[in-house]
Amino acid sequence: MRLLSKKDSKLIMDPLADNNPITIQVLGICSALAITAQLKPSIVMAISVIFVLGAGNVVISLMRNIIPSKIRIIVQLVVVATLVIIVDQVLKAYAYSLSKELSVFIGLIITNCIIMGRFEAFALANGPWQSFLDGVGNALGYGVILVIVGFFRELLGSGTLMGFKVLGDPVEKTGLYAIGYENNGFMVLPPMALIVIGIIIWVQRSKNKELIED
Amino acid sequence: MAIDTDKNSYTVIFAIVMVIVVGSILAGLAQGLKPLVKANERFEIQQNILYAMGINANEGPSDVEFISADKVEDVFNSTITKQYIVEGDKVTEDAQAYLLDVKKEEAKAKDPNYTRKLPLFEGEKDGNPIYVMPIRGKGLWDAIWGFVAVDKDMVVQGVFFDHAGETPGLGSEIKQRYFMDDFEGEHLLNESGAFKGITVAKGNADPRNDRKTDNAVDAIAGATITGDGVTAMIKKDLRMYVPYFKTLK
Repeated sequence: MRLLSKKDSKLIMDPLADNNPITIQVLGICSALAITAQLKPSIVMAISVIFVLGAGNVVISLMRNIIPSKIRIIVQLVVVATLVIIVDQVLKAYAYSLSKELSVFIGLIITNCIIMGRFEAFALANGPWQSFLDGVGNALGYGVILVIVGFFRELLGSGTLMGFKVLGDPVEKTGLYAIGYENNGFMVLPPMALIVIGIIIWVQRSKNKELIED
Repeated sequence: MAIDTDKNSYTVIFAIVMVIVVGSILAGLAQGLKPLVKANERFEIQQNILYAMGINANEGPSDVEFISADKVEDVFNSTITKQYIVEGDKVTEDAQAYLLDVKKEEAKAKDPNYTRKLPLFEGEKDGNPIYVMPIRGKGLWDAIWGFVAVDKDMVVQGVFFDHAGETPGLGSEIKQRYFMDDFEGEHLLNESGAFKGITVAKGNADPRNDRKTDNAVDAIAGATITGDGVTAMIKKDLRMYVPYFKTLK
């Protein structure tokens, strides 16, 4: 027996590849720029968005028949804001230094267009289980890109991964630095995130020609 | 049962119920997590004070790593031998002095009849007493604050700066090693012993900070206003401690 029906697994797999919210729909770019200078905040941001979008989609879906259509955008905002405050408070209590590092970006999850987009486009019209899968799928699609970008920016920009010096020590001149390798300072600056995302988009579209628009 | 979700009365009731439900969830959560958050904030102050004294977990040359949160309380209690509240000429010991809200004291001090309470932490480094003082001021966008550790002649032993929202890459660099390390060994008094502070100066042209007695360190390019804020908060807040240091002589 399959764990998920074909339609359900499509909900999760599509946003990971051919309908990725960042590389195809080009949503949520701002946070992809801001926090991907290192791998760790990227992962935390991805997990936070998975939680907010997964839970938010379920809540909205459960309420879809009782939400007054006149104020549905406000209701959606309240749901996102509540979930984001919960994430923020929990991080403050259990991962304080991380919450300082992410500071304003956790709050900015509220403005992440992917979230409102999925509420409006999917959760308002579908049942809770499908909405949950759709939310998790889209957040994963977002998170995957974030982690890829964070991986390359931290590795090439600082020579570290999750804070560990994987390429050797730039001051002691050990590892790769012994043979004259230098960190690329450009990689830690925000514009390089866009360029890395651009490269991902390029790779993805050259593999799947259907994605190329005229 | 079909509810007419378009009716105004329904919309209003829905909004009210939603606000009450969401409000109580969040209030409950905030209350429940408050002790943990408070403890984290306390550890952070202790970490900052210790950092200013040069006690940190730095490994690389550009690290700004604090003593880890689970150890900081013990290290803090064993390093900081005495904590004082300085009130005019009156100096009282107070083991909770580090929790004094500097921001609130600053606001209260606007009343000319109020004697401002100043926290002061005393520790020891290489057998000499070392004093740590909090400072607080304004950067370009938001508050900036920090701690300055000095010896009894008001020669800086180390600093820690932090900010609420300075421009990333420019003003936010005040919490980087290359800026904070410049203050080490810098004098707060001039040759004749009067308080002069430390100016974050453009065109200081002293990148290694070899001139320790010029009361100036190199500014960060593109962060003039944040740098001026640092100058101002050092001058304004540390001046208040000068009478106390006179009594140490």
